[in-house]
Amino acid sequence: MDKRSVQPDENPEGIHLPLEPLPGHTSRGRLERILRRGEFAVTTELNPPDSADPEDVYNRAKVFDGWVDGINAVDASGANCHMSSVGICALLTRMGYAPIMQIACRDKNRIAIQGDVLGGAAMGVANILCLTGDGVQAGDQPGAKPVFDLDSMSLLETIRIMRDNGKFLSGRKLTTPPQLFIGAAINPFVPPHDFRPIHLGKKIAAGAQFVQSQYCFDVPMFRAFMQKAGDLGFTEKVFILCGVGPLASAKTAKWMRSNVPGVHIPDAIIKRLEGAQDQKAEGKRICIDIIDEVKEIPGVSGVHVMAYRQEEYVAEIVEESGVLKGRRPWRREPRQDDQIVADRLVELKKRDTAYQPSTMLESRVDDRS
Amino acid sequence: MADQVTQATMVKQAAPKGDYKPADVSPQRRVQRSFTVRLWSIRHSRGLEWFYKRFADLFLLLHPLWNRIGYRRVEAPVKFVERSVKGFMFDCRMCGQCILSSTGMSCPMNCPKQLRNGPCGGVRSNGNCEVEPDMPCVWVKAWEGSRNMVGGDAILNVQKPVDQSIRETSAWLRVTAQAAAQKAAATGGASNG
Repeated sequence: MDKRSVQPDENPEGIHLPLEPLPGHTSRGRLERILRRGEFAVTTELNPPDSADPEDVYNRAKVFDGWVDGINAVDASGANCHMSSVGICALLTRMGYAPIMQIACRDKNRIAIQGDVLGGAAMGVANILCLTGDGVQAGDQPGAKPVFDLDSMSLLETIRIMRDNGKFLSGRKLTTPPQLFIGAAINPFVPPHDFRPIHLGKKIAAGAQFVQSQYCFDVPMFRAFMQKAGDLGFTEKVFILCGVGPLASAKTAKWMRSNVPGVHIPDAIIKRLEGAQDQKAEGKRICIDIIDEVKEIPGVSGVHVMAYRQEEYVAEIVEESGVLKGRRPWRREPRQDDQIVADRLVELKKRDTAYQPSTMLESRVDDRS
Repeated sequence: MADQVTQATMVKQAAPKGDYKPADVSPQRRVQRSFTVRLWSIRHSRGLEWFYKRFADLFLLLHPLWNRIGYRRVEAPVKFVERSVKGFMFDCRMCGQCILSSTGMSCPMNCPKQLRNGPCGGVRSNGNCEVEPDMPCVWVKAWEGSRNMVGGDAILNVQKPVDQSIRETSAWLRVTAQAAAQKAAATGGASNG
């Protein structure tokens, strides 16, 4: 059997296996390689299904095929119940995707979290994003007990200790430490504005290697933040991915502004949406315009496209903005024998129902004689 | 701001009518309704920092006394005083590992997420809390308070996670005992050498 062509950043032994370790890399994943090579990275978010069907996850991941370098597996975002990030990661790693496993401190204490880190790493998760998590009041179960045992900072430090020192928080040794690329979230768009860049520095000190920002709709504010972070020398120590996304309509924008914690949308954006004929197309246009602006800001290493319930637009946004500069991120390709197996299955289904196993056996016996 | 219809509000509205609802606020707000004293303390963080330094020294001077009575025995009365004073001044939650001097005299345990390392990403544009819309964000205030303090840059230290096993114990006595032990080790080492 001839081997199929191996894509860049793929283990020739199998797509679900970790990549060859490279010097200076802490993980064996695709995202870290792309960022360290200096290429403009694109990540996105998978809308977690409210179902127990793995196909739902595969279908939702398929729309990003060949357009993104990492897929965030969200951990009950907005404090709403969905399939767990560990579960989504288990499915995605099986298919060779590069998931970014989100861990929110809202739902799990340090015992559960450290267990999930090991479990995730064993499944082939190379990237973990450490989050505090929205308060339970924001979600569909406001009566739940908020855990918040660790905060995003101590979570970063915990995972860094597990990776670098090979120890649990308690000091107990790990037989095989996880190899991970550790990320954090930033939100430069909410107060205290002068503390935000310093807060980023604190996250770097705690172990953050890449950060993804909250939705950026206010480019001047983001630029000011990047300026200050650059002056403090933080932009060289961390890969910053700017969060962007299309707004479906002016109404959605207004709803998000008042209901989703931490989202800042200037009035100018809403006015632009309201004035448009086709608000959905205009929302996409705004997103592409923002990408065009932020990709030129020094220190920005990529974009994180969050297109909640508009996932099919991610490919268009990435293509039209041209941030990949012709680069083709890894995509899942069917194996060579997949088609043969599929054809065979169709053929078997089409066969006459009278063709029973017993007759098959008889015909075989006849052949032999 | 326009009327806010959050998902939580919808859940609340869908709840059966006529149920007895003690108060339409979070449990935290039921305990704490006014932030005047807490905010005063943060505004006067510089003075309180000075006072705290003297106070810690005094407590350390009294170490022989604590030792004679026994730390375990003084724990209860000291804890009572500590809880009352810090409860009034800072809305203290008795986490037992006080870091007020690193957080601009704004108690981080009052944050609904109990963040000890800085604000979350959900702070409202008016500087209020995401969870408690009427409460000024503990960390916005902490940053303001720390700017007035001499040792305000302690806010940059990455804090370890809370040790839940020493909740409801006196932080004052623990810090004093640790400082005394350190001092003894230092002098003991010097006399040996």
